[in-house]
Amino acid sequence: MGLARAPVDMTNEASTVEMTFESNLKYVEVAEDVVRRVCTTAGFEEEEEQKIEMAVHESLINAIWHGNKNDPAKQVWLKFQIFGDRLEIRVRDQGNGFDPDHVPDPLAESNLLKVSGRGIFLIRAFVDEFRVKNVAGAGTEVTLVKRFNRTMKSHEGGTDREHEDYSTSS
Amino acid sequence: MSMKTIVRLVDSVTIMDVSGRITLGEGCTQLRELIREQLSKGNKNVLLNLGDVSYIDSSGIGELVSSYTAVSNQGGSLKLLNLTKKVQDLLQITKLYTIFDVHDDEAKAISSFSASA
Repeated sequence: MGLARAPVDMTNEASTVEMTFESNLKYVEVAEDVVRRVCTTAGFEEEEEQKIEMAVHESLINAIWHGNKNDPAKQVWLKFQIFGDRLEIRVRDQGNGFDPDHVPDPLAESNLLKVSGRGIFLIRAFVDEFRVKNVAGAGTEVTLVKRFNRTMKSHEGGTDREHEDYSTSS
Repeated sequence: MSMKTIVRLVDSVTIMDVSGRITLGEGCTQLRELIREQLSKGNKNVLLNLGDVSYIDSSGIGELVSSYTAVSNQGGSLKLLNLTKKVQDLLQITKLYTIFDVHDDEAKAISSFSASA
C-alpha cells in the first residue's frame, strides 16, 4: 500500500493538466484515460488510482448529466494539479449547481433500493476532500482532493479518513 | 469498450455473462433491455455473471438494483455471480452486498434457484 512518489516538483508550483470538452458522455472515457495518466505521474498505486478515477467519473457524469443537462453547447472543464502533498482535481460545469448537504443519504433504509443517488456518496468515499462551489450564473465547480501520505499515515497510526469511510458505511 | 453480454439458459436459469462497462448510457440501457426481454419470455430466474465487468459506476449499481427489483416484482429472483473485488467493494460500501444473493460458483448458484423456489 506504500506510495511510489513521482518526481514531482516539491515547491508550491503545481504540475497542471487541463482539458475542456462538450457535454457528451463519450468524452468521459477520454477523460478517464487522462485521470489514469495523471495518477501514474503523481505516483498513486492502482487501487488508489481506481478510486480517484471513479470519483472523477462520477463528478463528470454529474457535470454533464445533471449540471449541463447533456446540452452539447455547454462545456465541462477538468483540471488536475499535482502539488507536493496532494492531487487536486476540479470539475466545472455550466449548470445551476446543487447543495451537497441536501443530497439524500443512499444508505438510509428507505433509499437503499433507489436506482439513483449514489454518485456524491461514492465521490466522498473515494477522496479525502470534496468541495462544491456554486458560482451564480457561471456554473458549479467541484474540487476533489487526494493526499499522497494518507496510507503512510495509517501505517504510522494516524488518522486515515478513507478507512473511517469504509468502516462507517459497510 | 462497451458492455457485451452472452445469454445462456441452464436448468431454467438465465445466465448473463456480462463483460465490459456497466455505466450511464449504453451499458445501463443494454442491461435494462436484456432483463426486460428475459422477463417478457417468462424467464424469472436470472444469474448475472459479472466476472468480466471491468468498470461499474453509480448508475450501473443503480441498474443492478433496478434489475433486482424488476425480477423480484415478477416473482422471480436475480442473483450475482463472480464479483470482482472492485464490484464487491462497491456493493459493500453502498450496503447492497447483503441485498443481493452473491455466488462464486456457477453450479451452486444454479442449484440455489431450485432450492429457493
